[in-house]
Amino acid sequence: MSRIGVFVCHCGTNIGGVVNVPEVVEAARHMPLVAYADENKYTCSEVGQASIRDAIREQRLDRVVIASCSPRMHENTFRRTVAAAGLNPYLLEISNIREHCSWVHSDSKDATAKAIDLVSMAVAKVARHESLFPKQVGLTKRALIIGGGITGIQAALDIASAGHEVVLVEKEPSIGGRMSQLDKTFPTLDCSACILTPKMVDVAQHPNITLLTYSEVKEVRGFVGNFEVDILKKAKMVDYVKCTGCGTCWQACPERIPSEFDMGLGSRPAIYIPFAQAVPNKPVIDIANCRYEKYLKWKETEEGPEPPQCRICEGVCPTEAIDRSQKDEIITEKFGAVVVTTGFKTFDHSVYGEYGGGRYPDVISSLELERLMSAAGPTGGEVLRPSDGSHPKNVVFIQCVGSRDDKVGRPYCSKVCCMYTAKHAIMLREHDSEVQCYVFYIDVRAGGKDFEEFARRAQDETGALYLRGRVSQIYQEGKNLKVMGEDSLIGRPVEIEADLVVLATGMEPSDNADLIAQKLNISYNTYNFLIEAHPKLRPVETQTDGIFVAGTCVGPRDIPDCVAHGGAAAAKVVALLSQDSLTTDPLTSIIDPMKCVGCFACKEVCPFNAIEEQITRDKRTIASINESLCKGCGLCIVACRPGAINLRGFTSQQLLSEVLTLVRG
Amino acid sequence: MSADNGPLIIGFLCNWCSYAGADMAGTSRIAYPANIRIIRVPCSGRVDPLLIVKCFEEGADAVLVAGCHPGDCHYNEGNYYSRRRFALLRALLDFMGIEKERFQVKWVSASEGKRFAKIITEFTEDMTKLGARKAS
Repeated sequence: MSRIGVFVCHCGTNIGGVVNVPEVVEAARHMPLVAYADENKYTCSEVGQASIRDAIREQRLDRVVIASCSPRMHENTFRRTVAAAGLNPYLLEISNIREHCSWVHSDSKDATAKAIDLVSMAVAKVARHESLFPKQVGLTKRALIIGGGITGIQAALDIASAGHEVVLVEKEPSIGGRMSQLDKTFPTLDCSACILTPKMVDVAQHPNITLLTYSEVKEVRGFVGNFEVDILKKAKMVDYVKCTGCGTCWQACPERIPSEFDMGLGSRPAIYIPFAQAVPNKPVIDIANCRYEKYLKWKETEEGPEPPQCRICEGVCPTEAIDRSQKDEIITEKFGAVVVTTGFKTFDHSVYGEYGGGRYPDVISSLELERLMSAAGPTGGEVLRPSDGSHPKNVVFIQCVGSRDDKVGRPYCSKVCCMYTAKHAIMLREHDSEVQCYVFYIDVRAGGKDFEEFARRAQDETGALYLRGRVSQIYQEGKNLKVMGEDSLIGRPVEIEADLVVLATGMEPSDNADLIAQKLNISYNTYNFLIEAHPKLRPVETQTDGIFVAGTCVGPRDIPDCVAHGGAAAAKVVALLSQDSLTTDPLTSIIDPMKCVGCFACKEVCPFNAIEEQITRDKRTIASINESLCKGCGLCIVACRPGAINLRGFTSQQLLSEVLTLVRG
Repeated sequence: MSADNGPLIIGFLCNWCSYAGADMAGTSRIAYPANIRIIRVPCSGRVDPLLIVKCFEEGADAVLVAGCHPGDCHYNEGNYYSRRRFALLRALLDFMGIEKERFQVKWVSASEGKRFAKIITEFTEDMTKLGARKAS
């Protein structure tokens, strides 16, 4: 026989002012299995908690109901209270008579009657509680970081410096990400490469970091502390042990391909490093474009004309590092935590027909301008028009291209465009004092440290003309572009003859962000930005324990925010990996092996892949719950036809007993 | 609850959105009728349609299931299952001789205290108008 103790809280007058607490206590004394009932002025106070501990010991109580505020408020507090008196912390039930009763009902009689009902339901439920024990599972003290942009670099360095092993996976041949493509950064006009490349080198040299470039995450299994990840290492065709990165091969390669790094404005060979300061500073062979690889492919079928054999790189390499025997390889590694930092790409402006839809060579994106301004870019830092190589004098900027525009399905603000356009206006003037900039904008959003001053500087010091309004059309007229817009502040149409038009393209998640999210079992929104566990309070965690997100894959943000975000994710990972074992929440599903028929309807509905196959001693295949993966949602229970599954803390019998107590009285 | 106090409504609220939404109604002191008795469940997808039938069998006047808005489920997809299951259950209620108005499925987020209070107020009014269940 259970001995249940009921403690009803006045919460000052919050509950006691409406609910007749002594009447509830008196009613509780007559409920089944209740051995003791009492009231408290403030149950959560130390005095209140002590009175519960004392009553548990003196009255030999084995289960406790506390009628007070919402369990979302103090359930954990009171679990600790009963545990301190020697009870299992899960032999407790909270009856919410404040948020759900005294605070929303003013009639004392109704509220008291309801409070008594709520307490009797809790008594019925607590009688069916069982002692539960959290389990301890071990963990692998290694972290995987997916994406080697500035966010991933920061996270990797922070985790590695805390003493944990890190594997950084990057799909490109070099780490550095989008930041490495930028010329300067706002609002300080720091040279982007100058502040980024030392960090990239730190990553390469850190004893705790393993860098896997030209690699992708293929498959993720397991759970927090114990992930098993398949990583595809694409064939580089270069032996990195032998290669010294001397550059002879990429200077000799006769093939020219539009450079992805230079946004197609420049070209690169087939054996290449994406940019001069690449880390690792060793090349890969682009198999799809290598002449000899094309020849080898032709040789398989001998269809069409025979392409030339090349192999120049092999001939010139002083260390014989070219290794054509390399194949794509999948390695499996174990990790305790994963950080996703897959970053962004810029919006494809060709959907805007009014801006030329990508037809006019002199309508470029801001990232293309960034490459034109970079001293390491295709023009050596000279801003030249892509059409004829002349110096543009009249430059029109158009803001919010693929941002704040429902029409193209991008209603969000990309946050950085106002600032980088101000930067471009300032820098164009530094490149050429005769340049006149025009900026068509919706609002100038310059919220950030020193941002507003910087945006003002673009207008005041460099004479950039800011025109509030959208551009309705751009068309080619002779060598130049005619930009038809509106200045909505004076309510007049504006017509500008431009040499160059720069579109402030917004941010969107990198390709395949959704696929990576699916592999990791984390959520993403309609734009494929990853969803954090809580937008304010858990900004780098996800709903899947042990998986963290940071940087622009979560939403548009600038470099300092990305660095802070990456550092935040690293702090969470370090906190996780600093533990010697992990405690799992015992409120999970359980399967009765005698009732399970092995239909696996449960497996179909489980959002967390927590249902596993198990073979019994009598050779039946039945379902079993991986308690480290189960989050206790209870979806499987309703799906289970033979009724073999139950949910600890919310058993079917408990829910039924609450209903029956209520309707039968 | 006796007949003169009006209908007895049993509410199954998911812990993460709707239960928190009801808490929000409380912290915002938004009053609603005292006819609802709330049972906390982890997810609206935890609620077995048979349990709803049991509520009616035992004499409850009305039942509410409330969960996170579709797309916002704490468990990613639990409310999609409950949405389908309960659409089917509602279609069957008439067949069982229970007016389907007596069973409502609503989405209430953790910030929608006002919405929760409005739902309960309207539901209670509707159920009062509909009257007590006829003995079946």
